[in-house]
Parts: sequence; C-alpha cells; structure tokens
Amino acid sequence: MRAHLTRRYWFAASHRLHTPKLSERENRDVYGKCNNPFGHGHNYALEVTVSGDVAPDTGMVCNLLDIDHAVQQQVLDRFDHQNLNYVPEFQEKVPTTENLCVAIYNILKRSLPATHLDKVRLEETSQNSFEVLGE
Amino acid sequence: MTVYLTRKCEFSASHHYHNPAFSAEENRRIFGKCNNPNGHGHNYTLEVMVKGEVDATTGFVVDLKELKEIMNREVVEAMDHRYLNHEVPEFQNQIPTTENLAIAIWKRLGGKLHVAKLHRVRLYEMHDLWVDFYGEA
Repeated sequence: MRAHLTRRYWFAASHRLHTPKLSERENRDVYGKCNNPFGHGHNYALEVTVSGDVAPDTGMVCNLLDIDHAVQQQVLDRFDHQNLNYVPEFQEKVPTTENLCVAIYNILKRSLPATHLDKVRLEETSQNSFEVLGE
Repeated sequence: MTVYLTRKCEFSASHHYHNPAFSAEENRRIFGKCNNPNGHGHNYTLEVMVKGEVDATTGFVVDLKELKEIMNREVVEAMDHRYLNHEVPEFQNQIPTTENLAIAIWKRLGGKLHVAKLHRVRLYEMHDLWVDFYGEA
C-alpha cells in the first residue's frame, strides 16, 4: 500500500532579488521592495513529501531519520541564517522562492536517491507558497 | 459537480515501534527513540476528506453528523487514550507507525460511508509530521 509522508521544517534566511540582466530601474520595477540593496529576510517553512509502499517489516515508507538527516545536512545547515545571495546555488540565479524551491528539490533528489520525492513545498511567508512536484 | 469535504478530529494515544524479527540493536538503530519499550504518546489529528456530488435536495455532499459519528465510533472510541500496540487489534501483528495507522483508519472508514466516497485520510502525528493515504494499493 502506497502512503505519502510529509515532514515540515523551518529556516530563516535573507536575500535580495536583483538580476544584472535588467537595468537598476527595471530591477526596481520587477522586484519592488525585494530589490532593496540591503536585502531582507524570511522565516521559510519547508515541507518535504515522500511516498512509497509501506515496508511490512518497518511499517514505514522510508526512514524518517534519513530524511531528517539529509534535510539537516544538505538544506538547513547550508541555508539557515544565511544570505542566500552568497550561497553557491544563487551565484548565477536570483534567489526567488521559486528558484529556492527548485534548488531544494534538486538537492534532496540527489541526497535521497532511493526515495520517491513527491513534492517540495516552500512557504516564504504565511501568505505565499511554492511547490515543485516530482515526476 | 464533485465537491471535496474534510472533517477533523483528534485523539491521543501511545505506541512504540518494535519488530521481533530484528535484533535489539537493529530495532534501536531503525526506530530510534520510538523503540522505547515503555512507549510514548502523541496527540493525533485526523482529517478525513470525502468527495461526492452535491445532493440537489439537501445541498450536502455527506451528512456531516453521520460522518462525525462514524469517525467517533471507528477511530476516537477505539483509539483515544489507548496504547495502540496492546489495545487496537490491527497492531497486534503490525507496527503502529503513522503510515500503518493512516491505512488502518482508511480501512475502518471505507465501508461505512453510504453516499460520499472516501478520498483521503490525512493523519498528523505532530504538527510537523503527517501521512496521506488515498487508498492506493
């Protein structure tokens, strides 16, 4: 029987949305307050959903300790209390929550190769959230 | 037109994870703190989502009172303030993980609904951990 398990995590980070592909004026128009040169921060909430058959010997879809370990090492330890513009993933990309959600999906896909990653959902604030769905 | 309706309830129960086919060391490694033989507990939150057509006369997908009674009888009365390993028959031979508990609840509710169809059982073990079961084989 296939079940879907979701775990929720939190981290805090700052960013500035700005792209050298646009002029100063265009950056201000596109990104509004998020273009403030000093940056600003959010408390992000991250939901990781995995799915699979429930193993008869453990009763689990996958071991939660493995997921916690991967998220802690590969995501929280790298992004929590950081300025995302300085993180390697965002040297070439704007750290929008769309791009952050895709980056986290790719990181977890690599870190948990044996697990079926259903979804990565990222809340930037309580009013907006972003989802990347696995195939 | 299909409408989805969700009803929530809460229950508190204790459990521990242990597979007698594993060694003591394996049990500790796989199940971690959940392997404590004295058990531990959670406040579970259950969300039952049903789907169906809106009845032209009543405007209901399902009689919520009836759904509440079924959830109370099949889940809350059977599991609230119980030790799942010892007091709920499904877990005599099965580990009461959140996955297995969500599946057991689906099976308990599945046949009892008359009008609407069970769509999803979502079971929160804690606010940061939950399982969804859609009846997938």
